[in-house]
Amino acid sequence: MTPLADADSSAGLPGETSESRAAELWGRALHAAALLAIEPAALGGVWLRAAAGPVRERWLALLETLLPVDRPRRRIPLNIPDERLLGGLDLAATLQAGRPVAQRGVLAEADGGVVTLAMAERVPAATATRLAQVLDRGEVQVARDGIEAHLSARFGVIALDESGNGDEPPASVLTERLGVVLSLEGLLPSTCTLPPLEELRGWQRDIVSARTRWRHMHADDEALQALVATAAALGVDSPRASLAALNLARMAAALDGRDAVDGEDCTLAARLVIAPRATRLPPQHTDESPPEPPPEPPQDQDPPSEPDPPDNDAEQLPDKPLEDTVLEAAQAAIPAGLLAMLQASLALGRTRSGGKSGATQTNYRRGRPAGSRRGSLRPGVRLNVIDTLRNAAPWQPLRRREAMASGRSPARVLIRADDFQVTRYQQRSETTTLFVVDASGSAALHRLAEAKGAVELLLADCYVRRDRVALMAFRGAGCELMLPPTRSLTRAKRALAGLPGGGGTPMASAIEAAQQLYERLSRKGDSVVVVLLTDGRANLDRNGRPGRAQAEEDALAAARRARVSGMACVLVDTSSQPAAHGQRLAAELGALYQPLPYADPRALSARIGASVAALAG
Amino acid sequence: MTYAFPFSAIVGQDDMKQALLLAALDPSIGGVLVLGDRGTGKSTAVRALAAILPPIKVVQGCTYNCDPTAKGVACPACAAAAAGGSKLKSVEKPVPVVDLPLGATEDRVVGALDLERALTAGEKAFEPGLLARANRGFLYVDEVNLLEDHLVDLLIDVAASGQNVVEREGLSIRHPARFVLVGSGNPEEGELRPQLLDRFGLSLDVRTPTDLAQRIEVIKRRDAFERDPQTFMAAWKDADAAICDGLAKARKRLEKLEVPDVVLEAAARLCTRLGTDGLRGELTLMRAARARAALDGARSVTVKHLRAVAPMVLRHRLRRDPLDETGSGVRVERAIAELFDREVAAS
Repeated sequence: MTPLADADSSAGLPGETSESRAAELWGRALHAAALLAIEPAALGGVWLRAAAGPVRERWLALLETLLPVDRPRRRIPLNIPDERLLGGLDLAATLQAGRPVAQRGVLAEADGGVVTLAMAERVPAATATRLAQVLDRGEVQVARDGIEAHLSARFGVIALDESGNGDEPPASVLTERLGVVLSLEGLLPSTCTLPPLEELRGWQRDIVSARTRWRHMHADDEALQALVATAAALGVDSPRASLAALNLARMAAALDGRDAVDGEDCTLAARLVIAPRATRLPPQHTDESPPEPPPEPPQDQDPPSEPDPPDNDAEQLPDKPLEDTVLEAAQAAIPAGLLAMLQASLALGRTRSGGKSGATQTNYRRGRPAGSRRGSLRPGVRLNVIDTLRNAAPWQPLRRREAMASGRSPARVLIRADDFQVTRYQQRSETTTLFVVDASGSAALHRLAEAKGAVELLLADCYVRRDRVALMAFRGAGCELMLPPTRSLTRAKRALAGLPGGGGTPMASAIEAAQQLYERLSRKGDSVVVVLLTDGRANLDRNGRPGRAQAEEDALAAARRARVSGMACVLVDTSSQPAAHGQRLAAELGALYQPLPYADPRALSARIGASVAALAG
Repeated sequence: MTYAFPFSAIVGQDDMKQALLLAALDPSIGGVLVLGDRGTGKSTAVRALAAILPPIKVVQGCTYNCDPTAKGVACPACAAAAAGGSKLKSVEKPVPVVDLPLGATEDRVVGALDLERALTAGEKAFEPGLLARANRGFLYVDEVNLLEDHLVDLLIDVAASGQNVVEREGLSIRHPARFVLVGSGNPEEGELRPQLLDRFGLSLDVRTPTDLAQRIEVIKRRDAFERDPQTFMAAWKDADAAICDGLAKARKRLEKLEVPDVVLEAAARLCTRLGTDGLRGELTLMRAARARAALDGARSVTVKHLRAVAPMVLRHRLRRDPLDETGSGVRVERAIAELFDREVAAS
């Protein structure tokens, strides 16, 4: 597979332009498609981050070409019901046959092939978790509608993630199991051309031969060590990533026609599997500038004839351990946005633990079936056919005799109106409490601790009510979402503990940010209450320029807009002397006003809790 | 044929392995809740259980795995047979480890009218569900914090009563459903209802190993297993068998082990100090300490055994204090240290 090798080695050239960088990314994406086509199930699949468009289409078309024709391909629509996803009773066949007939779900149908998950970022947590369980077990365990079966379901998932524009990423329970992570964002269609068809035929032959050979590729301890150490250094804790990387390295070796995994395979695996999941930078590099140098090509492939720029790190000797080479390559492959985030969190001295903690379950929650009850068929109700059948079943012989007696030839299954069972849905409208905490210097640092205490008590309340919470903080440059909506008290506490204080008060931006999040959540059907903790004293205007008068004017304007948008709000005045500022802001916001009494956070919590309940109710 | 990764080949995670063995030894301890990082082998450990548990004797042909020697609770069929004076034939069977998948419908969990027989023959027959199959074994719920609420309610009820009562579709059935409930999940995805939390006897928090050598070993074994499961299983067969033997012996010892008053007293003091509600904590503490002693091959139960199990027994029984930054595990450890180490120093 020479063309790919070419594309990849361009990464090693010093002074690369963004154009060659794009070519390198695309080359790697093509390589990834070829590797996935070998055995999608062994990698779990691909988490493809790209906006819908020609580039993504081209990549998908390539994968489609490379996958063997006889492998099934299935597509999962966003709100697929369990009976189609996992399987259940085949109604048409059941009614026709007069006895229960099972139908296979999409996942069992996809056995041996791939499943495409469109808009993966919007997939409900319930669906994502079911998928994850099936990926883990390699089989679907059906325990539905009177049917019990274990059906083989080994497939790769192609998760199309369009969350690039700031939405929440897909559920981490799923992305954790998808070996390859590809980002095609920012690639232009002009860069991303597919190889000619004859060449692809060659690829197909290579893939077919690699399919039988890849599991036998020898991977020595050094390679294993390099992958695991890289994962550890970048804070990728789950062994699933290392395992997928090892499999991918084996596939790369097999595709290249070799018998053993070499350094280049490990580098590729680190870039495609481990780097995009990084949750931290390697400890020893924290003081250096961001890892710029592209990885030097692995030594064992590379005779020392190639001139090394002399200004390179003196330690880059040819016998540098593979581990370091792979780690460097992985670091260079960390996406820019992720890198910035990681550095920001380093600067704040906070550590994130456990996987991509930004990923949470999706908010959207359709009503889930919660049993059935006897009912008539009105518009809007959904007949629960299985339970209806169960109701009708014991009467069949009797009804058949009746029908015969009255001279009619009976249908196979006789169902009457009073058999009807309709499905009950549990549509829980979720309440999200959005805390917007003023962490600026004016809010008086000494009161920030008190505000934190109050928020924690409120969190406990939210936990009891099974509400979700989100946390925003504003200070200095603007308003930051510290914690996207979650039901996890653990995470909320962690986010709160890491909340730093000090700086100006960009009140207007804070209110705007809160309003945006409020609108986003409301669109999803949540009922949202904003709890704003501030002293009401703005001193940075909408554009972040200092100046008290303009700042307050902007804040009040933002408050009026928020009020018009219908934002339900409680304003907790944290100033030591409840003053006019807070009250005026509350009035403009149409918010309930609660001064923070000095002493007891519990009293405050109780009062806010009551206000929130009133607003949410 | 899918193979289960051997229990003995799981690297590290000693707390989790031990909790599962304790619960297997004495099911009255209650279930095991395993929360923690992804990819720490939670599901693997549970699925590996079936291979290391000594087989049980069940009534031949009984779907509910009724115990032929037990008096009292039996399924309707066995109860009728016993009342009729007929001798129940017994067979050996591996301990059932039943998965409750997300997406299971209520009818398959509790059991329901047998649709096939109803439709074709017009008979009203009960088709037992997962709860029946899990009787005297393990019921495993992966991602337990995402289980639908109406199924959670059901589990809470059955786990407490040991009986599954079915009143639906004109059926009225009651059958034994005693099982060790094992749940796993990731706490970042949402928390568990306190009532369900309370049903678990032991709870633990599993973390990814930080030691590089251990991490490499994890990958190595998993990789070897995936490439050639049969050879891998064969290599670990003896180690699994040794655990199985150990369990069988420990079970015999367990019957004779008494818990001395000093240990009971220590358990009571620990619970008082931590302010756990009710007596369940103390009771579980006592049972778990006894099981631990049996597993260790000890002659008597000592405070040492109590100490070893206390964190997993008590961690999830503490009152939540949102203002306390430290985790509950730390609080338990601290209380143990204060209570027992001082005594050791004094004596």
